[in-house]
Amino acid sequence: MRYAETGFHLEVDLATGNIERVETDPKLMELFLGGLGTSVKIHWDRVPPETKPFDPENLLIFSTGLLNGTPAFSANRTVVSFISPQSELLAYPMMGGFWSAELKYAGYDKVIFRNKSPKWVYLWIKDDKVELRDAAHLKGRGSLETQELIRSELNDPNAQVAAIGLAGENRCFTASIEQSRSSSSRLGGGAIMGDKKLKAVAVRGTKDVHLARGAEFMELMKGVTDYINYRNTHPIPDVMTIMSGIGSPQEMVHTDEKWHSESFAWGNARERRRNFWTPEIDKSWTKTQLSVIKRLISCFNCPQHCGALIDRPGQPRYMMKCFSKLTYAMAAYVDDLDFSFRIVQRAQEYGVDGFSTPQILAFGFELKDAGILTDKDFEGCPTDKEGRFFWLLDRLVRREGIGDVLADGTYWAAKRIGKGAEEFAHNVIKKHEQLPIKLGMLDPLYFLMYSTNEKISITQIEGNWPQAAFATREQRERFVQDWPQLPDEKFKQYLLEWEPRGEKGIPHFPTPEMCCEIVDWMEMLHNIDDALGICAGMASFCLKPPYHINNYPKLISAATGMDVDRNELKRKVNRSRNLHRAFNNRRGMTRADEKPPKDHWKHRFPELEEKLLSTYYKHKGWNDNGIPTRARLEELDLGYVADDLEGRGILQNGQG
Amino acid sequence: MLPTTWKEEAYCKMAKVKKIVKTIKIDADKCNGCRGCEIICSAFHAVPKYSSVNPARSRIRVITHRLKDIWLPVFAGEYARSECAGRDIYTIGGKQYDECGFCRASCPSRDLFKEPDSGLPLKCDMCEGEAKPHCVEWCLNSVLVYEEREEEVEEEEEKPEELQIGLEALADRHGLQKMKDAVARMSRNGQEEGS
Repeated sequence: MRYAETGFHLEVDLATGNIERVETDPKLMELFLGGLGTSVKIHWDRVPPETKPFDPENLLIFSTGLLNGTPAFSANRTVVSFISPQSELLAYPMMGGFWSAELKYAGYDKVIFRNKSPKWVYLWIKDDKVELRDAAHLKGRGSLETQELIRSELNDPNAQVAAIGLAGENRCFTASIEQSRSSSSRLGGGAIMGDKKLKAVAVRGTKDVHLARGAEFMELMKGVTDYINYRNTHPIPDVMTIMSGIGSPQEMVHTDEKWHSESFAWGNARERRRNFWTPEIDKSWTKTQLSVIKRLISCFNCPQHCGALIDRPGQPRYMMKCFSKLTYAMAAYVDDLDFSFRIVQRAQEYGVDGFSTPQILAFGFELKDAGILTDKDFEGCPTDKEGRFFWLLDRLVRREGIGDVLADGTYWAAKRIGKGAEEFAHNVIKKHEQLPIKLGMLDPLYFLMYSTNEKISITQIEGNWPQAAFATREQRERFVQDWPQLPDEKFKQYLLEWEPRGEKGIPHFPTPEMCCEIVDWMEMLHNIDDALGICAGMASFCLKPPYHINNYPKLISAATGMDVDRNELKRKVNRSRNLHRAFNNRRGMTRADEKPPKDHWKHRFPELEEKLLSTYYKHKGWNDNGIPTRARLEELDLGYVADDLEGRGILQNGQG
Repeated sequence: MLPTTWKEEAYCKMAKVKKIVKTIKIDADKCNGCRGCEIICSAFHAVPKYSSVNPARSRIRVITHRLKDIWLPVFAGEYARSECAGRDIYTIGGKQYDECGFCRASCPSRDLFKEPDSGLPLKCDMCEGEAKPHCVEWCLNSVLVYEEREEEVEEEEEKPEELQIGLEALADRHGLQKMKDAVARMSRNGQEEGS
């Protein structure tokens, strides 16, 4: 009997249509837990470094996490992994919704797609019955539309469907995979699905997921439940509303957007509008938001309200989540929130990443204003701010005219356009568009997180440590009083000493050593979440979350019957993190790639930044080029990885 | 022909008595569609308790049509051996509901409230023996509210055991004779194994 996991994968060869149900080695869970951890291992074993994103050999893996399908609240993430067409590294954008639990109930931990289908298909998984079905009639359909059509033709309203829209079909580098109220957006998973001519994956399951020590697990969940109730009624004082609660930012609940609209940059991540949030804007935005939200909704088994059903007269309904509420309006310099609710509906049907896409559109118009792109490129484009964004979005997802160039994202588009366009693709790390944030003083913690994490998306790296120092000693003391999530008591002292400015402020405090410890803690927790399939909103992405390093080991032990303590849990995710890094190193990633955008902070400190990076690499057991050393790899039972890296000359013998 | 059912036998014995009636009030407008109620129900009723989870075994299901704004928790009620004629559509608050959507029966016309492996009917037992039903406790959005009230009701009929309801369902599905044959065969095999 397997516990928490099902112990089976589905292997789908899209070229031949062959589908196999394969039993997995129980040892994999012991080594890598599940979710991202076990997926990384499959990519390492089966995808050689010379594989290009659109090669048939590029595996596309849809994975559940170890706790999906169990009673753990908010265990609903699906990890989709593949070599990204944009970064050319191993990407793993995740989505919430309802898909992964359903796959577990159908009896599988992962679906592994290889090769390419000769014609458009979708996969239908109904327990033991799994089939590739013709999808010719779905080509060109929107991603939400497709989900409904599939449910209807299968006559199963409870089937959970992940689908791509036009952007994925046309291999846009920022194409997303949409599912219910969620999407796997970043780094172009939709393009890989489209390249494989896989329009959707539908699943319905009616089998059991087993718990090793169920009664003990439920007892532990009582504690988690009490804490969720406590946090939902006790927002953290002295921080912005958006950071005071738990769950993914409650963008659909809160209407006050002073912080986002004034702190984040408008246009192509260009300027902050510090006095944007006037009483008139507040009134108008609140009215708009409340008038279109039909219901606040959640993902599978989650008590929060991070999403909403949007019902705006004159357009089909859809479900919005998180920050897409603002990204298009801010990128287009449109002050009317209604524009957001209009364009996100279309963007979601097309299936595009809501962070990258608005920046790409703004980048396109900047190039036009700068004369790098010409009027001919924009022939027929409306002149109003709203209309032109719709116009360019339509072209991008169809790869028509200038849209074909922009569909590869700002980095690759700039390379193709030339004529100085590279200067305008200014907000990327590892070729991927970042949050539109431009700040004053270098933040050493964020410098490390931005530079080094394999996720390449800051919102899913930060979390447990406050984003900024508290203004007063009193506030700091209040914050550390009740902090059961800490991996070590010493962090309390770091926080107490941390001041908004001066000697004990950024960029020099926390010190590089302290920064390494803090960043290591945060990314460890994200890696645990991503292996378990737990939403970061209930663990690694918020302050004082219900799940943390002190209760996770007990929950995992009770669910799986595999007893782990904090150290062992940390070791398991370190193992997958180092394997992930080695996978990317093997594809050419080095220290030279690990840098935030030049203009991310106005005040930069090159010497300190180099020191931060070197200290961090050392802390992680990596060499000066950001590559895990043999000693580190062997310590994590990854000697075979060291052999491979040495064999390829990526690690030099004797480098430790 | 099936024998006279327990209901008919019990009819003559009825008398008025005071009784605690357990109910769950459902405020569907508050439902965020998470289906946590399905998870906890199936976990609690697993044997051994909490040893597995499977919403298909749950005695509460959230009827869901997300884009139509329908999130409707429905509890499993009595077993019905035949399909009913009702296929009406109700419009409430601008939303269209299939009559079946509100129905609690485990019946032949739909794949709901049946054990997925055996097809046996499922019925909500209000988590007998617990302080209150677990779905109510697990729903942190107060969609489900447990209430007890005293009512004067007709004396409770003697209810058939779960086993009898299950057997009746099997007889309806496969025919009594087939079932008898199967039981006879199983008994014989059991004896052989035992001997």
